[in-house]
Amino acid sequence: MDHNTTDMLEVGIREFRAKQERGLARLITLVETSPELGNSIFSRIGESLAQSQSQCHVIGFTGPPGAGKSTLVNAVTAVLRGEGHRVGIIAVDPTSPFSGGAMLGDRIRMERHYLDSGVFIRSLATRGGVGGLSPATKDVLKLMRAFGFDYILVETVGVGQTELDVMTAVDTVVVVLVPEAGDSIQTMKAGLMEIADVFVVNKADRPGSEELRSSLRVMLGLAAKRGPWEPLVITTQADKDIGSGEVLEAIVRHAEQLRQTGELEVRRALREERELLDLVSAHIINRWKALKDRPELAELASQVICRRIGVDRFLNAIANLA
Amino acid sequence: MEHSRHTRVLVAKPGLDGHDRGAKVIVQAFRDAGMEVIYTGLHQTPQQIARVAMQEDVDVVGLSILSGTHVALCQVVMDELRAQGLGNVVVFVGGTVPPKDVPKLKAIGVKEVFGAGSRFDDIVQSINTHVATRRG
Ligand code: B12
Ligand SMILES: Nc1nc2c(ncn2[C@@H]2O[C@H](COP(=O)(O)OP(=O)(O)O)[C@@H](O)[C@H]2O)c(=O)[nH]1
Ligand SMILES: [Mg+2]
Repeated sequence: MDHNTTDMLEVGIREFRAKQERGLARLITLVETSPELGNSIFSRIGESLAQSQSQCHVIGFTGPPGAGKSTLVNAVTAVLRGEGHRVGIIAVDPTSPFSGGAMLGDRIRMERHYLDSGVFIRSLATRGGVGGLSPATKDVLKLMRAFGFDYILVETVGVGQTELDVMTAVDTVVVVLVPEAGDSIQTMKAGLMEIADVFVVNKADRPGSEELRSSLRVMLGLAAKRGPWEPLVITTQADKDIGSGEVLEAIVRHAEQLRQTGELEVRRALREERELLDLVSAHIINRWKALKDRPELAELASQVICRRIGVDRFLNAIANLA
Repeated sequence: MEHSRHTRVLVAKPGLDGHDRGAKVIVQAFRDAGMEVIYTGLHQTPQQIARVAMQEDVDVVGLSILSGTHVALCQVVMDELRAQGLGNVVVFVGGTVPPKDVPKLKAIGVKEVFGAGSRFDDIVQSINTHVATRRG
């Protein structure tokens, strides 16, 4: 760790503990820089994380590009603020695979909250993440939970069928669709449609929203139920703040149901398990990358591939190499 | 680990002028140079700019000003940045700044000024140099 990073870590942790947003902002930069820095941070702010687990509800907003996700996050935040809740927002936009740069444009739609001390907005670039979020999103969520927000809203990049990471990161998934998407619902069935706890039909001012709404209902009627919860369909005009209150009501109902049925614990346990597996596999992969040129491993590796020795012996070997 | 910190830049248009072509091309140029760029949109107050810069933890704040009121605006933006504890963020200014005003802006704490006709390569290189210095 260089000097600058150590300083930033110390200052960041001090400010974070004093509940200063500047500290949260700094620590987010550090967990984005490397998972190892995440370890140093979480080992020191773990207490506030443990305390905060239960109170905070995390909501994901996903759907195709241009559907109105940012606009809806903006509108729902206004409703939450009206009720006095503190809100954290994570807005993810794609990193260009060519330049490594990114244009983080979601927050333009959230301008009315810029000066509100009860709202903290952070834009993240995907940085190689392919599931609609960035690799650091879960660590950023941890930091925000520990900071003490009542609600955290996560906006994914514009997604198609397969970018479903949000499902394993949040408590309630809101899928935002627009009338233009009507025809493609059938093809979407496989992915996005199955992870929604709440459907939002946005841009109700456009023709076709009633049709979209009814085809969603039909689809939901035919679909196999995933649990006691029946996904709700809400119609909105996010840019006019129409329907955002109903969206929040649906989310709150879902949150209550999650609690009452014990499903919240189940989801969070699954999420933790997934996180553990991600951490473990990332660790093994990094360890292997660091060691793979060592001659003593080459023979072992080929024996594993031929299934002549078990993976456990191989893992032992890479764990014990100095 | 060979993780590197990405350069994060906020491009903002303070004040009332609606000339946003320059800001938009600059956003593109920064993105193509591998930076993560946040654009605030038009008509931002200095308080808004400073708070966004704080939350996004940017290395650079780039102000695009074509109203002629750059000296007064930059003064307030610098004050607000300091109020957020961001006194050492690198501040760049572009737009319509006559040469005689450049020393005034630098005296306020602006690091570099790039007016009409500036080359992207020069701007990007200058940013990289200043960010490297800031990170030590
Ligand atoms: C196009 C234009 C318009 C368009 C704007 C369209 C738009 N959406 O942007 C329209 C027609 C709407 C317009 C209107 C007006 N305009 Co006009 N406009 C221009 C003009 C001809 C070109 C500006 C431009 O787009 N250049 C192209 C871009 C790419 O260049 P740029 O912005 O300078 O950006 C470059 C650099 O400055 C730098 N840069 C820019 N931003 C940043 C930021 C950072 C961080 C960095 C590092 C670099 C950087 O990099 C870019 C690439 O080199 C200029 C004259 C001129 N030559 O500048 C007048 C000019 C800016 N307009 C002027 C005026 C007065 C007006 C009006 C008030 C006219 C009126 N009476 O109605 C209105 C006001 C509009 C408003 N709401 O504010 C004056 C401003 C006077 C002043 N500064 O003292 C100018 C200078 C013309 C003049 N000579 O009088 N305008
Ligand atoms: N007509 C209409 N436009 C909307 C509505 N909600 C959002 N928009 C616009 O749709 C565009 C994309 O919105 P945005 O929130 O950025 O979409 P995102 O890409 O899903 O985040 C913007 O121009 C919004 O102003 C709506 O209800 N009706
Ligand atoms: Mg968006």
